[in-house]
Amino acid sequence: MSLLELKNISKIYGDLKALDDVSFKVEKGEWLAIMGPSGSGKSTMMNIIGCMDKPSLGQVLLDGVDISKESSKSLTNIRRDKIGLIFQQFHLVNYLTAVENVMVSQYYHSMPDEKEAMEALARVGLAERAKHLPSQLSGGEQQRVCIARALINYPEIVLADEPTGNLDEANENMVIDIFKKLHRDGTTLIVVTHDPEVAEVAQRTIVLEHGRLAKEIVNENFKD
Amino acid sequence: MKKQKMFFRMITASLIRRHSRMLVALLAIAVGATILSGLVTIYYDVPRQMGAQFRNYGANMLLLPDGDEKLSEESADKALNVIDKEKLVGAAPYRYESVTINTMPVIAAAADMDGAKAASPYWLVNGDWPSVDKEVLVGKTLAATLGIKQGGTVNVVYENETAEEKADKGDDDKSKAKENAADEGREFVVSGILETGGTEEDYIFISLNDMAELTGVKGKLDAVELSVSASQDELKAYADKISALDINVSPRLVKRVTQSETTVLTKLQALVFLVTAVVLLLTMICVATTMMAVVAERRKEIGLRKALGASNGSIIAEFMGEGLLLGGVGGLLGVVFGYAFAQAVSMNVFNSSISFRPLILPVTVLISVLVTGLACLLPVRNATDVDPAVVLKGE
Repeated sequence: MSLLELKNISKIYGDLKALDDVSFKVEKGEWLAIMGPSGSGKSTMMNIIGCMDKPSLGQVLLDGVDISKESSKSLTNIRRDKIGLIFQQFHLVNYLTAVENVMVSQYYHSMPDEKEAMEALARVGLAERAKHLPSQLSGGEQQRVCIARALINYPEIVLADEPTGNLDEANENMVIDIFKKLHRDGTTLIVVTHDPEVAEVAQRTIVLEHGRLAKEIVNENFKD
Repeated sequence: MKKQKMFFRMITASLIRRHSRMLVALLAIAVGATILSGLVTIYYDVPRQMGAQFRNYGANMLLLPDGDEKLSEESADKALNVIDKEKLVGAAPYRYESVTINTMPVIAAAADMDGAKAASPYWLVNGDWPSVDKEVLVGKTLAATLGIKQGGTVNVVYENETAEEKADKGDDDKSKAKENAADEGREFVVSGILETGGTEEDYIFISLNDMAELTGVKGKLDAVELSVSASQDELKAYADKISALDINVSPRLVKRVTQSETTVLTKLQALVFLVTAVVLLLTMICVATTMMAVVAERRKEIGLRKALGASNGSIIAEFMGEGLLLGGVGGLLGVVFGYAFAQAVSMNVFNSSISFRPLILPVTVLISVLVTGLACLLPVRNATDVDPAVVLKGE
């Protein structure tokens, strides 16, 4: 059984079909990139996979459970327990330190544990910057805090939306290296991007155009 | 780490590290709480302060004989014992007798001078109050009529009823009686001239001892004027207790004083209550506006928290927690500044200090927290409407 399966997903806003009959599967431990130009439906897809929106038609099976008909409260619980989110804008709480930002995720999930949060920051190379506020961190450092926060509760899927969109090349490479390590450790990664360089390091890429699945590319040269 | 610890860490971090925005809300609450605690302190102290002011306008209670017989000093003392010592500002026992000065009939009032001074502080004495025996205070009108000056002497003759009766028997007898009476007269030194603007200006005032010596009768009184720092209801309660003693004492309230006091106090307290209510309402509006601004500028943060799995309950708890903590801190500041405010008002208006009422502390903090909580309800409700997918769009 696939970890995530989308069956004939459509998202309709009035006359507009943001997603039109899209189907694909993601296996456990797989690294999938979702590509497409602006308006292709990437964000809508990200919101549906991230349990922040529901499809108008079709089914979303997560661990074999159809989440497309769940209530928003239930979707919040699923998101909290199974999904780790990484954002292009980092979205850190600006008045909390790096370690506190990681602990916020623990707080909503189960129980805050500062030691564990510090270890998560150490894994992304930020042990020395744990007590700094987001405003005192560079963009790359903020993104690494965001990654540490996404991973802290051991989610089944890490969903990253343009994770390198606001980073320079050095920080982009650093984030990709972290993703490679996560993949080696067995984490399931779904990366939404419009950057071909980020997409081509994934195992498989699906390309959306006008809300439809235009093509699917398997990276024959994939290596961690 | 326990969840509650993280909860407090988050809300205190929000208040401390986002201090510029929160300072506005804190200031609004602290100002509101200051006015609240200050006015409540004054509200409860006004009766005492105003009571003290009203005591300057003279006695508010009279003890009179219940019947034709004079009041005995023992009965008057028993009646005075009913009144709490700390509330009794002054008690002036009086005894009135007809006397003559230079053959002119005059009313002599015998009084305990210290009590009269306390019960009638508005009396103006040109010269001195009688301080030793054989000194007399002469009313201004009477002094003018008889040409009496301060420092001079007057001969006071007591004319008792028996002498009058005897005098009525015949002109010869009358003149003889008068001569006798004149022989029994006493010389008094005029220590001062009394101005009151009332009938007292026609009287002379001597000590109770002098009156006893003059008349040969001791321990009898016509009235006791009391100045009691108490409300009309408390005075009524004292009067009822004294009546119940059954000691030939009839207590009466001086209604023109007690009723004006009650009227002024009621109006003042209503004014203070109204101002307090308006200030609380303004505080609530100010806090609600600030919290709305806080929620609006933190929509992304709320969206993020929801994306991380925060339930609506968690969002409400965090924002209400911040609001209530602000309310508590603002309330505490308000208690301190409110006391200083009340003290300043009391010193400037009533010229006396005000005591701190410990109950003001929990009441002010509780009301501040409640008002802030109420003010936060709508903004916090709006916070739960935030859609994480919309606010987290990578624009």
